[in-house]
Amino acid sequence: MTVVYAVILGLTAGILSGMFGVGGGILFVPTLSLVVGLSHLSAEATSLAAIIPVVAVGAWQQDRYGNVRWRPALVIGVSSAGGVAGGVALATWLSEGVLERLFACLLLVVAARLAWSARR
Amino acid sequence: MSRTRPVVALPAIGLSAGFFSALFGVGGGVIVVPLLVLLLGYSTRWATGTSLAAIGLTSLFGMAAYGALGEVSWPDAALVGFPAMFGTFFGTWAQQKVPTRVLTILFSILLAAVAVRLFIG
Repeated sequence: MTVVYAVILGLTAGILSGMFGVGGGILFVPTLSLVVGLSHLSAEATSLAAIIPVVAVGAWQQDRYGNVRWRPALVIGVSSAGGVAGGVALATWLSEGVLERLFACLLLVVAARLAWSARR
Repeated sequence: MSRTRPVVALPAIGLSAGFFSALFGVGGGVIVVPLLVLLLGYSTRWATGTSLAAIGLTSLFGMAAYGALGEVSWPDAALVGFPAMFGTFFGTWAQQKVPTRVLTILFSILLAAVAVRLFIG
């Protein structure tokens, strides 16, 4: 049954992220932790893997519209490796509870930004 | 408006995006898009497209690092990621067709509710 939920929620997350322009990860992480039942750290790790096919298609579509500047993207992407190392170190060092609450704060920020963008 | 030089700004954006991405398990577009606009004067379209391409690499690094630690559940990643890939097509299409204002407010309420659920967790 979890398989069915995961597929449906993945599809829904994709639709929502396309509609509202938010990244898939913000929806993947709670799906994987609250519905699939992974630990919060594993949910974050798995979310990063799940993002890749979504982002690949997104970048391909954006490139067709001429919106991708590849050299800057490459510089950002390659230099992100250093930040990733630090982020992984901190995430594994923090307790599950703290990590979960930090993520909840991020959700609130994104929710507030969305609500703000919808104001008249 | 003064702009930061790309040679400084791009690696700085990359480093902060990588940190944010790995800490939260998200792509990092929340960070990259506004920084490209603010620091380098990109249009929103350019920032979005360029951010997506950069995030591909960032997520790849994050996946590799967490994978090495044994934290990635590969079957779950596939179960969620591939349906999402198709969902994105539909979502992007629907965005052009339906008025999204009310939906956006409902969606932000949903996100806030998930946040509350995690706090209670």
